[in-house]
Amino acid sequence: MRQTLNEGQQVLTTLLKEMGEEVTRILQGSMKALYSLDRTQAEYWISEDQKVNDYERQVDDECVLLIATQQPVAKDLRKIISAMKISTDLERIADLAIDIAKIVRRIEGPLCKPLVDIPRMAEEALKMMRQGLEAYSREDMVLAQNLAELDDAVDHLYNQVVRDLVIIMTQEPNNLDQGMHLTFVARYLERIADHATNIGENVIYIATAERKDLNY
Amino acid sequence: MINVRRNFVNKLMLGIFAAATFLALVPLFALLGYVIKNGITSLNLDFFIKLPAVMGMTGGGMANAIEGTLILIAIASIIGIPIGILVAIYLTEYDRYSWLSTTVRFTTDVLTGIPSIIIGIVVSMAIVSKTKHFSAFAGGVALAVIMIPLVIRSTEEMLKLVPHAIREAGYALGISQRRIILNIVLPTAAKGIITGAMLAVARVSGETAPLLFTALGNQYWTHSLFKDPIASLPVQIYTYATSPYDEWHRQAWAGSLVLIAIILCLNLIARFAFRSRSN
Amino acid sequence: MGQSLSIRQLEAWYGTNQTLKGINMEIAANQVTAIIGPSGCGKSTFVRCINRMHETLPGSKVKGEIILNGESIYGQDPVSLRKTVGMVFQKPNPFPSMTIFENVVAGVKLNGMRNKQNLQAIAEKSLRMAALWDEVKDRLNYSGMSLSGGQQQRLCIARALAVEPSVLLMDEPASALDPIATMRIEELVGQLKSEYTIVIVTHNMQQAARIADTTAFFLNGELVEHGPTSEIFTNPRDKRTEDYITGRFG
Repeated sequence: MRQTLNEGQQVLTTLLKEMGEEVTRILQGSMKALYSLDRTQAEYWISEDQKVNDYERQVDDECVLLIATQQPVAKDLRKIISAMKISTDLERIADLAIDIAKIVRRIEGPLCKPLVDIPRMAEEALKMMRQGLEAYSREDMVLAQNLAELDDAVDHLYNQVVRDLVIIMTQEPNNLDQGMHLTFVARYLERIADHATNIGENVIYIATAERKDLNY
Repeated sequence: MINVRRNFVNKLMLGIFAAATFLALVPLFALLGYVIKNGITSLNLDFFIKLPAVMGMTGGGMANAIEGTLILIAIASIIGIPIGILVAIYLTEYDRYSWLSTTVRFTTDVLTGIPSIIIGIVVSMAIVSKTKHFSAFAGGVALAVIMIPLVIRSTEEMLKLVPHAIREAGYALGISQRRIILNIVLPTAAKGIITGAMLAVARVSGETAPLLFTALGNQYWTHSLFKDPIASLPVQIYTYATSPYDEWHRQAWAGSLVLIAIILCLNLIARFAFRSRSN
Repeated sequence: MGQSLSIRQLEAWYGTNQTLKGINMEIAANQVTAIIGPSGCGKSTFVRCINRMHETLPGSKVKGEIILNGESIYGQDPVSLRKTVGMVFQKPNPFPSMTIFENVVAGVKLNGMRNKQNLQAIAEKSLRMAALWDEVKDRLNYSGMSLSGGQQQRLCIARALAVEPSVLLMDEPASALDPIATMRIEELVGQLKSEYTIVIVTHNMQQAARIADTTAFFLNGELVEHGPTSEIFTNPRDKRTEDYITGRFG
């Protein structure tokens, strides 16, 4: 019945939106914990992972139910399949955010240099994720396509951060440990941006049934 | 090779079927043509409005026989059609499978095949010898007895054609069986039932034998349906045709033509008047 | 409002053939309950027991108990029971001799209602509920047979609704219809459940999945499994249910 299917898709959109907000909270919190090297905060955000996992399970259940009972086809089917994939991407983003929080556990402070590019990367990656979800809920192709450019910017920042850190590490071997950890943080943020472009790819798939690589 | 043979056989068979169909039509048209040719010359207004002339005189008509035939048909219909329809309703709606309905159905079939003269004799024994009068009533009853099995059978077939789903739909709405039969099944089958009844009427209106011992025949107007014999076209035709007078022979041909026309009209009404409403 | 049904140890025979072998089942009010199962599993017989239509067939027999709103249906007059438990059949079966209007009000009219205005009001209300009013309001005096198959079926639904039942039985109501007409009937079922308890027999399990709140799987005259549709179609408890819905048999 068309109505049930529409309602189900509405539920999915809402779930993904809420899940995105939760992931945003965790990423922002983890980054804050990193900037202040606050381990208690870091532990708190690590424990928040369960909420995201619950959301992912809810999205999965709803998709399975819709596929089993409503026999969606064409765009309806693509939308539901994509919702499952997007929830997986969001869950990965949360995992990466948690990984950043876990790094806070291991960094011995204080920071060897003020963080400039890493916060910018974090903001960009977060913006991309939100833009991806916005594109999904509005089925906006332009917003989705635009993610490719944003991803280029993040990749660019990533290269910059790695280059800077390599210089710091080679200049002062005492910074080696911290430099390695920060390189990983940058790497994780770059991965988060990649997952955000995946969301965009799914939006394009929903609209056109074409698989487009936004992460070139 | 095989194709040629097959085409040949095909054409041959087609030819045989066509010839058989043609042969079947020959008697029908020959009969109609003969009756029309002989009858049309003796038809005039007098034929329809005058009594038969006294023996040996020319002129006169068959007004009383035409009226008699119509009266007999009316009596037969009034008795035969309702009974036939009621029996058919019982057989299809109330009791389709019991030994009683099987017996009735079998008896009906047998009755259809009994020669009509036997029915005439039996009705004569039952009514004429009891009332001591030949009468229109006795003739009508004899015709009704012939009609009843015909009406039962045709009505039964028509009721059976009403899909069971229609009756079930009625039951499912909480409608009583009486209402379902009266307001749903009968209206659905009405056209077929009426057509069947008309054909039964057409069938008996040409009967002669059962009338010989019951209505007898009459050269004059009939005044009582129960006490006087009554004239009818078939009996009049029989009487005139077996007489030695040429004038009567001509009258018999004219009577035959009128009788055929009446039957044809009944048939046509049955076939067309009720078909046009079906869509 | 819909009423709940409680079926206890229901057995039914057709001749010497036992078609239902002790069914126990609760049917909740104002829900759509779908009955699925392979041909000959007794699903049609089951719904036909609920309005006592099964007994009208020669050679049939019923044992057990069906409780409707706290009262046994076998203690009631079957003709008046059928005003409470309406039924829609597999093939659309409007009365051929009647107009659209006469079809809709046939149930109330032949049960004695004569008031023209009331009949008019009932016809409009029922046709609206059956989502047919807009399509036929200008030709109520046309024959019911002049409608398309899907419209005829909705006419039959309107006709069933006109007698104001509290339970509506549907015996494969969309199996003779095309996909679009089917979809409209399914939508209609979804709308009607707020007013009626609906039991729908279907050999199309996707249809059951789409529209039913609970689904019951029948096999060889037995109730194998009855539960929320979402569970039956994602995680059935019984192996036979799984085999059937996944197309391994039946």
